[in-house]
Amino acid sequence: MAHFTKATSVKDWLNQRLAIEKVEKVMASEYWIPKNINFLWAMGMVLVITFALLLVSGIFLLMYYQPNVDTAFYSVNYTIMREVDFGWLWRHIHGVAASVVFLIIYIHMFTGIYYGSYKKGREMIWISGMLLFVAFSAEAFSGYMLPWGQMSYWAGMVITNLFAGGSLHADFLVEWIRGDYVPAQAFLTRFFMLHVLLIPLAILGLIGLHFAALRIPHVNNQDGEEIDFDAESKKYLAGDKAGSKVMRFANDFMSKDMMVVGIYLIFFFYLVFWNYGFAMDPVNFDPADGLKTPAHIYPEWYFLWSYEILRPFSVDIGLIAFGFAQVIFVLLPFLDRSPNTVPANRRGLFAIWFWLMLVNMIVLTAMGKLPPEDPYSTVGFYSAIIFIVQWILLPIITTFEKKA
Amino acid sequence: MENNSRRGFMGKAFGAVAAVGAVGSLVAMKKSWDPLPSVKAAGFTTLDMSIYNENELVVEKWRGKPIFVLKKTAKMVASQTEEQKVRDIVVDGSHFMVCIGLCTHLGCIPAYNADEEGFLCACHGGKFDWAGEVTAVPPPRGFDIPPFKIDGNKLVLGEAGPEYTQMKETGVTL
Repeated sequence: MAHFTKATSVKDWLNQRLAIEKVEKVMASEYWIPKNINFLWAMGMVLVITFALLLVSGIFLLMYYQPNVDTAFYSVNYTIMREVDFGWLWRHIHGVAASVVFLIIYIHMFTGIYYGSYKKGREMIWISGMLLFVAFSAEAFSGYMLPWGQMSYWAGMVITNLFAGGSLHADFLVEWIRGDYVPAQAFLTRFFMLHVLLIPLAILGLIGLHFAALRIPHVNNQDGEEIDFDAESKKYLAGDKAGSKVMRFANDFMSKDMMVVGIYLIFFFYLVFWNYGFAMDPVNFDPADGLKTPAHIYPEWYFLWSYEILRPFSVDIGLIAFGFAQVIFVLLPFLDRSPNTVPANRRGLFAIWFWLMLVNMIVLTAMGKLPPEDPYSTVGFYSAIIFIVQWILLPIITTFEKKA
Repeated sequence: MENNSRRGFMGKAFGAVAAVGAVGSLVAMKKSWDPLPSVKAAGFTTLDMSIYNENELVVEKWRGKPIFVLKKTAKMVASQTEEQKVRDIVVDGSHFMVCIGLCTHLGCIPAYNADEEGFLCACHGGKFDWAGEVTAVPPPRGFDIPPFKIDGNKLVLGEAGPEYTQMKETGVTL
């Protein structure tokens, strides 16, 4: 049996039982971060904070929301919005955070692509990150069903129909997912369960994996430099803080991180209090009606680029293109054949590839929002083609990339 | 060694018990997500076909889905092509288009324009003519026709009559 002595303080008592000092060192004060980074490295913490905001506001919404096709709409739009004191605050935080979290995810993703933070041992960080993106997408979609407005219903109809697999006509699968011929009570209750329990559990697990994947390769830096973290941390602990290339996670890095979080939160709550409209689609303020399609159905902005890849083609090709777009980012570490881990701008053709990908996805997003008619559908069609061709070209251009 | 083989046996025995349990629980989970009997039994819809006006779309409801009923004008009936004729439903001497009013692309409800005598789906721009045939992609096929049975001047949805069975067998509808 382990030997315990009479504790000299509360800290010592906890230390003997939980090794809190050791844990603090491993997790924070001796978890080493490169100094050569910029504000884009704070996006991870911004995401953690946004997730916390979603969790807390969600808990409060959960206390009044009713997952029933007859009462769901009014429990949100009347009970929560008008009766519950500060109910509007939780709803607007939840809605705005659900939208903004994708903006930050995209910035976080493109930062990773730009600095090559998905190779040389960082592949699992990228893959777990993309799994988080998938889980967040499922979380956003299932949450969008809950107010049971017109957009909830019709988005639910359209997205579940994707599972029929076009010409495969797997209607049995669609009906199984819905638990009915059309989205109805069984559908609402099971998506409620997915939104408040199963997917959040998966997200928590994946966040754990994402953080664990960081420990061995460590965080990348602005030049993709390979740092000897053991040697540099020894230098730091020996007192040569200026000469070391690394710093402590806490409080050194955290102080900068939380500074960025502070600026972000001012922007975030500005949106919550004065500009929440973008996250609240006016069409969804009509209760669900299975016999009336809204004039123009579109997903939330963060799904528009993949929606636009689905839209311009006939149904089977569209589904294949859509499926391609959904999974292809996961394979990035393996499609990029170059060993160079430097910023995209120092990588020749890859620089063009990167900026074209970014701009093209913004174009796809814009076209997805516009009605399906010319010239938008033509632009969308060519953008979708460019997106696919870019991914096919990636292994080729990176194979011939010069060593940086 | 003896211990190891005993542990090996125990491992395999547990594996067998766990596999049976896993298969059993997957079956239960799958079945729990199936549509409920009350949903499946959701009845039949009977339409009185004598009440419709020509070239005026009426949306009925069957199993939660919208059903388009369009009584064709004499001009439409006269101009019918072979493809349009096989989809035609004749009740008591009148010609109708009766179909599930969901776009065969992803299930939005297209809107009918009586002047242009055609449907437009707002979601992805699909178009259908007054007989329910596709005139602009992405929809992969014309409107699906629900199981129907002609009964005098009434149409029973949910029950397959000989006219429907023939459409199904010849691939006119899914």
